[in-house]
Amino acid sequence: MSTASVTTQGNVIHAVGRSAVRCTQAVGDLTLFAGQVLTAVSTRLPRRSVLVMNLYQVGVESVPVVMITGMFIGMVLAVQSYNQFHILHVESRLGSLIASTLLNELGPVLAAAMLAGRVGSAMAAELGTMRITEQFDALEVLGAQPVRYLVVPRFLACCLLIPLLTIVADAMGVLGGWMISTKMLDVQSHAFWYHAERSVGYWDLFAGVLKSVFFGAAIAIVACHRGFRCAAGAEGVGQAATQAFVIGFASILALDFCLGTILNFIYFYLWPV
Amino acid sequence: MADDQPFLELHHVSQWFGPQEVLRDVNLQIGRGETLAIVGESGCGKSVTLKLLIGLLTPADGEVRLQGRALEKLSPREMARARLRFGFLFQGAALFDSLTVADNVAFGLRQNMRMPESEILEIVRDRLHEVGLPPSICRKKPAELSGGQRKRVGLARALALTPEIMLYDEPTTGLDPIMTDVINELILQTRAQRPVTSIMVTHEMTTVRKVADRVVMLCPVARLDPGEPQIVFDGTPEAAFSSADQRVYQFVHGQARERLREMAG
Repeated sequence: MSTASVTTQGNVIHAVGRSAVRCTQAVGDLTLFAGQVLTAVSTRLPRRSVLVMNLYQVGVESVPVVMITGMFIGMVLAVQSYNQFHILHVESRLGSLIASTLLNELGPVLAAAMLAGRVGSAMAAELGTMRITEQFDALEVLGAQPVRYLVVPRFLACCLLIPLLTIVADAMGVLGGWMISTKMLDVQSHAFWYHAERSVGYWDLFAGVLKSVFFGAAIAIVACHRGFRCAAGAEGVGQAATQAFVIGFASILALDFCLGTILNFIYFYLWPV
Repeated sequence: MADDQPFLELHHVSQWFGPQEVLRDVNLQIGRGETLAIVGESGCGKSVTLKLLIGLLTPADGEVRLQGRALEKLSPREMARARLRFGFLFQGAALFDSLTVADNVAFGLRQNMRMPESEILEIVRDRLHEVGLPPSICRKKPAELSGGQRKRVGLARALALTPEIMLYDEPTTGLDPIMTDVINELILQTRAQRPVTSIMVTHEMTTVRKVADRVVMLCPVARLDPGEPQIVFDGTPEAAFSSADQRVYQFVHGQARERLREMAG
């Protein structure tokens, strides 16, 4: 083996090793940060005025975008599924597909994706700007802990309001699907609702809402962590905002898979087929 | 506490960030009621020194002592209490963007004092008046203020908790000469109105001359000879202007020719 190829191999191994170490450090740092946040949440609740401001920003301001997204997804689902259902002559069952898909998967994931895009990026950018303009230092000097003062209200707002946003997305999606199915695709309204109602139960709603709480926690922790670790300058803030969305969304999908598997296991344990 | 014990002290403090050494074995004693100016080239560790003094950074080596007690050895609760003895005027004022001017000034009071809101608002108005700002500014957000106003709001916020020690990080940087002198006057006024120990990091020799009792000059670690202390001057502002040390002389007189040659070399 030539010296050059040995050197190249060495470089590759070195690069892989370095990436692995960096990755492990990043995951460790995020875990420690999450631990700090959970400790702070469990020891003292934030002041009401601060919490209310965050609830408004996270919840109320996200309602329009979640409604629009949910409705369009329901409409698209109806249009895209109709042809396949029509071939099998079961188009009257469109309601069942739309309701179960939205309540189990699309509703929670879409609401979370919207929250990660709208709120997560903004959180990372805001906290990043605060960090690089020494506002974190100012908080500490004035006797406030940055994690407690800045992260806890955002974390609580995300965890408390994402279930409601998910329900809004679910409702608007089913409504959008019903509108297209009945007004454009000639599905009978009563058939749509009959099948929609039969295909989903309380467990589906519960599973979707429960998953959304974890998604909300992940969005807040990832976004705040990115803000807290923001590098200097406008570029650093931009990167923090982008990373907050990308890592947040990837976490949502990973959590969705894990929680989906666990919840399925619990469901079949409780109600065996 | 013994009378001869320094009020605030850096005891053999070294600090580095990754491979970069910022402070090397710095020894500095500050007496109660003194106004000390720390000067030096950019990157010599002046702001780091201030952050070490208030415990925002922990020294990599050595100790920071407040009335003989090492800050690093304080519990988080004691540290938080000790910090309330300090006021800090940040370089860019570091006002909280999402809060109004009044909420910024009231922040420390709401966070640490149990007092009625009416009393807090009275203190806010008093402090703003003290720094020459009208009550009408209370409802504005920091983004609506000029650089000088931001600095004055920052000063009002720092003074709200009636600190024993005031730290100023480049209080006049980026301001016009008139506003620079306004800030200088406010620092003098603060000292006249209350018994406060002041430590200021600055590049402005006019500010040093007008405000400081004593000046120390830090030299960047890279420019030090082996074994040489990082504080290359410690004395009165007048003595700094006639220092025989070329580095001090060039800095206080703003002469860059020699330095340029050195950098090019």
